[in-house]
Amino acid sequence: MQNSHLIELRDIEKIYKVGTIDVPALRGITMIVEPNEYVAIMGPSGSGKSTLMNLIGCLDTSTSGTYFLAGEDVSRLSDGQLAGIRNRRIGFVFQTFNLLPRANSLHNVELPLVYAGKAVGARRQKAREALASVGLADRGHHRPNELSGGERQRVAVARALVNDPSLILADEPTGNLDSATGEEIMGLFDEIHRQGNTIILVTHEEYIARKAKRIIRLRDGLIESDDLVS
Amino acid sequence: MIRFFVEVFEGLRIAYTALRANKVRAILTTLGIVIGVTTVILITCIILGLNKSVSGQFAFLGSNTIYVSKFEWFGRNWREMLKRPDITIDEVHRVEKESQLAAAVSPWAETRRTVGYRDLKLSRVEVAGTNENYIQTNPTRPEIGRFFTEADVRRNRHVCVLGHEVASKLFPDQSPIGRRIKIGQVPFRVVGVQERIGKLFGTSMDNYVIVPIGTFNKVLGRHHYMSIIVKANNPHEIEDLEYELRGILRRARHLGPLEPDNFGINQQSSLMRAYLGIMSGIYIGGFLIAAISLIVGGIGIMNIMLVSVTERTQEVGLRKALGAKRWMIGWQFVVESAVLCSVGGAIGVFFAYLGAKGINNFLPTTMPPWVVGFGIVFAAVVGIFFGIYPAMKAARLHPIEALRYE
Repeated sequence: MQNSHLIELRDIEKIYKVGTIDVPALRGITMIVEPNEYVAIMGPSGSGKSTLMNLIGCLDTSTSGTYFLAGEDVSRLSDGQLAGIRNRRIGFVFQTFNLLPRANSLHNVELPLVYAGKAVGARRQKAREALASVGLADRGHHRPNELSGGERQRVAVARALVNDPSLILADEPTGNLDSATGEEIMGLFDEIHRQGNTIILVTHEEYIARKAKRIIRLRDGLIESDDLVS
Repeated sequence: MIRFFVEVFEGLRIAYTALRANKVRAILTTLGIVIGVTTVILITCIILGLNKSVSGQFAFLGSNTIYVSKFEWFGRNWREMLKRPDITIDEVHRVEKESQLAAAVSPWAETRRTVGYRDLKLSRVEVAGTNENYIQTNPTRPEIGRFFTEADVRRNRHVCVLGHEVASKLFPDQSPIGRRIKIGQVPFRVVGVQERIGKLFGTSMDNYVIVPIGTFNKVLGRHHYMSIIVKANNPHEIEDLEYELRGILRRARHLGPLEPDNFGINQQSSLMRAYLGIMSGIYIGGFLIAAISLIVGGIGIMNIMLVSVTERTQEVGLRKALGAKRWMIGWQFVVESAVLCSVGGAIGVFFAYLGAKGINNFLPTTMPPWVVGFGIVFAAVVGIFFGIYPAMKAARLHPIEALRYE
C-alpha cells in the first residue's frame, strides 16, 4: 500500500539521551506526504520540527517507528545506505546556503552528482541546466562571495534539484534573506512545485508557511494540527 | 573503475583548492617532510656516487696486489706503529730476490714538491720514487713516451714520468717528451706521460710525477716512508703471497717467534672493508636523521590535518548531506595529506639536487632519475600514513552535528 505514498511515517519517536536522562523530541508522529505536495512544517522552538526534518532528510534515524520513503523502509538503514538515499532522493536547501566558499557555482551545483559517481561531462551538463533553471546561467563561474544572498540561495536550490530528487527539503530557506529576496525565493519554490516536485519546508514564519499548500504544526513532539491552506 | 578515477580526480581537486587557500601554512607544515626527504635523497645520492666512484677507483689498487709498509692502513695503535723501523731499500731487494709467488716488486716513496716548466709552476704535486717494475705493479700504462728502464733506475738518472694532469697543465700545447722540468730546484727530463686515472673522492689521481727510487732518495731525501708494492703471480695465491712476504720481512728483521710483526701487510680488501664500515655509518646515521625528521614532519602533517578537519566540519556535514559516504570523506582528507606531503617531497628533492651539486665539489654524488620519483612517492606514503587518523575523524562526523558546527 505504502508504495503510492512518497513519505509515510508511522509512530515515529526520537529520544535523545542527555547523560542518563531521556529527552523525548518526537513522541509518536504519523503522517503521509504524497508526490507533488507542498508542505510547510511549523512549530515553536523545541517542538521537534528540526528533529523531524532530520529524520525525513535521512540525516538521522528514529528511536522507534517506521519510515517509508518512496516505498522503501529507510528507518533502520546503515550510515552508508542513508548517504546513498540522501544522494538519490533528497535535495537539501539550508538557511545558511552552505555552499563551498572556494568552489564556483557550477562546481557547487555539481557536488551531488560527484557523489552519485557521474562522469565529468554529464555532471557539467546537468549542473549548467540546473543553474539555468534557477535563472543563473551566467553565474556559473562566480564564487559564493561574488554573489548576492538571493543568488547564493538560488545556487543552493539548483544544487538541490540537480540529481532529480524525490523530495526538496528546505530548512528556513528565507531565514538569512531580506523580505524582498525571500519573496523571490518563495516564488522559485512555487515554480519548482508547479513542475511536479515535492517540497517540504520548515519555517517559523506564518506568511512563508502560507505559500505552501498544507501546514503541519508541531508542539512538544506531537502533531498539533495538519491543515490544507485555504 | 570510472567511479574510482572520478574519486581520485575529485580528491586531488579538493586537495588543491584547500591547500591553495592556506599556502603559507601548507609550506610551513611540510618543512619536516622537506628536511626528511632532502636528507634521504642526499644520502642516497652520496652513497650512489661514492659506490660508483669507489668501485672504479679501488680497482686501481688491484685485487692481486699487496702493499707492505710501516703501518697497517687501518691499524689503531699509532703509538706502537710509529716506533717501528722504516722499510728500507734493502728489504725491497730482499723481497724481490726471495719471493717465489711475486710477479713484480716495486718500492714506493712519495712527497710533495713544486714542479715547474719555465714560468709555469704547480705547487704541492705528488712526487713518487719507484723502480721500473712499477709498470707491472700498477694498472696505468704510458700514454705517450715510455716508462723509465732498469738502467735509468740503476744509474739514478734524472728522468721522470708525468701524471696526466701535470702533463696537460705544464704542457698545454706541446709534447712534454724530452723537455726539462724542475722538481723543487732539480732538473729532470720527461720520458713519458701516464694515462689518465680520474678522480677519487673529488681529488684528481693524475696530479703526480714519478722518478727512479734512487734518484728520489738522493735528491728529495731519505726520510720519506717507503712501502713495497708486490703483485702476485696468480690472484688465487694472494693469501700465500701474504704469508710468504710476512716470512721474508720477519727473517730480514730477525724477529723472534713470539715477537709481533713490526710492519703492515695491506690489501685492497682491507681498504674495501674500511670503506664499507664508513658507508654503513653514513647509512645508519643518515637514515636515523631522516626517520626522525619524517616522523616529526608526519606528526606536523597529522596536526595540521586535524585542524583542517575541524575548520571544515561544516563542509564535511554538507558533503555528507549531499550523499558523501564515510570512505569518500576519508579519502578526501587522505588525498589532501598525501598531496601536501608530495609537495614537500618535491621541494625536498629539489633541495637535495642543489645539495648534491654542492657536495659534488668534494664528494662524488649521482642523482639518477628514479630518485626523484622515489622521494615524492615516499613523501606521499608518509602523508597517507599520517593522514589516516584525521581522515577517520572526519569520516566519522555525524552529518547533523557537523552541519550545525560553527
